[in-house]
Amino acid sequence: MNGLSRETLTLNMGPQHPSTHGVLRLVLELEGETVRKCLPVIGYLHTGIEKQMETRTYLQNVTLVDRIEYVASYLEEMAFYQAVERLMDVEVPPRARYIRVLMCELNRIASHLVYLGSACLDLNLSSIFMYCFADRERFLDLSEMVSGQRMMPGYLRIGGVAADLPAEFFSAARAFLDDIPRRVDEYERLLNDNLIWRERTQGIAPLAREDAIALGATGPVLRGSGVAHDIRKLLPYGGYEEFVFDVPTEPAGDAYARYRVRMEEMRQSRGIAQQALEGLPDGPVITADPKVALPPRSDLARSMEAVIHQFKLVSEGVHPPVGDSYVATESARGEKGYFVVSDGSNRPARVHVRAPSFYNLQTLPVMVENRPLADVVVAIASIDIILGDVDR
Amino acid sequence: MDIAPILDRLRPHVPWGLTTPKQERGRAILFASAGVLIEVLQAARRHLALDSLVDLTCWDRLPAAPRYEVVYLLGQAAGADRLTVKVQIEDERPRLSTATGIYAGAAWPEREVFDMFGIVFEGHPDLRRILMPEEWEGHPLRRDYALTEEAVEFKGHTPKVPSEIIPFFPPRSAAGSGGDPPPVPG
Amino acid sequence: MGMTAADRDLERNVLTTTVDRMVSWARKSSLWPVQFGLACCAIEMMCTAASRFDIARFGSELFRASPRQSDLMIVAGRVSQKMAPILRHIYDQMLDPKWVIAMGDCASTGGLYNNYAVVQGVDKIVPVDVYVAGCPPRPEALLDGLRLLQEKVAQGSFAGRTS
Repeated sequence: MNGLSRETLTLNMGPQHPSTHGVLRLVLELEGETVRKCLPVIGYLHTGIEKQMETRTYLQNVTLVDRIEYVASYLEEMAFYQAVERLMDVEVPPRARYIRVLMCELNRIASHLVYLGSACLDLNLSSIFMYCFADRERFLDLSEMVSGQRMMPGYLRIGGVAADLPAEFFSAARAFLDDIPRRVDEYERLLNDNLIWRERTQGIAPLAREDAIALGATGPVLRGSGVAHDIRKLLPYGGYEEFVFDVPTEPAGDAYARYRVRMEEMRQSRGIAQQALEGLPDGPVITADPKVALPPRSDLARSMEAVIHQFKLVSEGVHPPVGDSYVATESARGEKGYFVVSDGSNRPARVHVRAPSFYNLQTLPVMVENRPLADVVVAIASIDIILGDVDR
Repeated sequence: MDIAPILDRLRPHVPWGLTTPKQERGRAILFASAGVLIEVLQAARRHLALDSLVDLTCWDRLPAAPRYEVVYLLGQAAGADRLTVKVQIEDERPRLSTATGIYAGAAWPEREVFDMFGIVFEGHPDLRRILMPEEWEGHPLRRDYALTEEAVEFKGHTPKVPSEIIPFFPPRSAAGSGGDPPPVPG
Repeated sequence: MGMTAADRDLERNVLTTTVDRMVSWARKSSLWPVQFGLACCAIEMMCTAASRFDIARFGSELFRASPRQSDLMIVAGRVSQKMAPILRHIYDQMLDPKWVIAMGDCASTGGLYNNYAVVQGVDKIVPVDVYVAGCPPRPEALLDGLRLLQEKVAQGSFAGRTS
């Protein structure tokens, strides 16, 4: 027995791995089954989006923006256009503000369903994956009604939204929203007292409050560690000050706490969406400024000015004033903000995305240090990263 | 964030190298010299209660000089105060001190700025490329780095690439590119 | 002479075919993909595997985690320069016969991203059998691509891969 030595084993996890939620690579140093060190390696989905946005007009950039945090596209577009509208000092009409908040909150529910489905799939609770995606299909139907696409809607524009909500949307949205409490209750009934779920998430992947703040985590990761930080309350934007909702926080800081935060957030999002849907004011859905928003298509047959504005906006685009802007928004995963720099031309000089998953992922090594290997999977699932956001 | 008390609270700890904070588009912004960056961040953390680093980024102001503007957005975990600190550095061997001693969350953003712009953060525990492959040459987000588009392969002629097709319209006024140059600090 | 009762029984109960067709039918009806979801198309691929669109009824019952246990690689998403060698590595680890579906515009041609970071089409790295267009392609489109692939596999030869 005296001749045995102890060495740590270096294990490579990913980038092709069923449980890494994308192309994330972890280099783990294991002593037995305990993780001594965890080194995330990212960049496997780096797409050069920020640089490419410098070669497109502000209208064309909405397509690139959609694909960054691809399960929360409406929230992403909201963040981008908040920054551009702040830069250009464009006012959004009330109906458009309510529609934006409505679609964003519906998107938040759908994004949390993706989280729940994948987290459960990682722990082999695959029925819940199926239920979550079936519920999400209803949201994708709504998205298709509104924008024509299930994912990557490209729905928001500078100063409002591209088109009004169609007539068939209202009953479908009401039905979806009416069902959410029942569905969330069912998920909680299946999971909250489920021995396997509790054993595998309670006390697992702990993140202390000080670590979460120091590492720049935001969103459910920060709220699951006891910090009541929600941009919609702290720095309201885009009309959120008109809605009544709570910010769920859990003190424990483990994977179970983050799960509870997201479940409660689904209920809160449903409340906000209902308020937006029922209180939808009448009016235009985009600003009337012809230098910023495309004219209605019906005008194109009658007015020469409309044709000229259409032509200039589509081919040339807008010229924001020189300067930069940043507006913080609350995406499904945390604080998302766009740092947009304009040099006065029709293309942005620089666009930087403050990606919540990028900062949240920094907490992973802290969560899994000196913990069993099996907890790594739970930790990644509970942070809820989107690699498109991390790598851009 | 109310800009009135900022300079008063920072000045005792950072006697030179700061401009007067201004309020622009809902943000409190001040420019700092590269030499006092660490003092500014420390003072902001201790005396302005800005305990989290929200964002760290950079942009290339070519052809304006100084070339790089590194932007630190400081915030509060449980409050709404925010401060944007901008540092402008030259093109020749761009380097800054690392902020990881003050804000642990600066580790990865500094690696990203190094990867994309080539700015070296002195004292960083692990300054390697983060998004590009380790052996990549060049810093992609610099203005003079080509987007490297690939034209569609036709027989006989090479068509334009997308960024040549999408027309570029320069600024309408003579304000030029690069944003406002900062006033002289101190 | 006419057919005896025994002959008619035999005709009813015995199917005559070639080994090629049997094997091709078996292969196309049980194409198990390797989990290779990269980006947004991966989410639509997950929707295709979920209950509304259900890829399992077309034979792809399970998405295997290990390339050694799968015969189909659906490249779902944009392939960055850093990911390209790994894509090839996973493809090489799959056992013959194997097929590749390039799902979405990014995998087919580089898609929206014509820049330094994205490989302009995964067929620069691996041979692709079916290209499915869309950004992201609807689950029905992916199922149509799978159907095309199954037709291609059905014409294949037992002795080795076609093409």
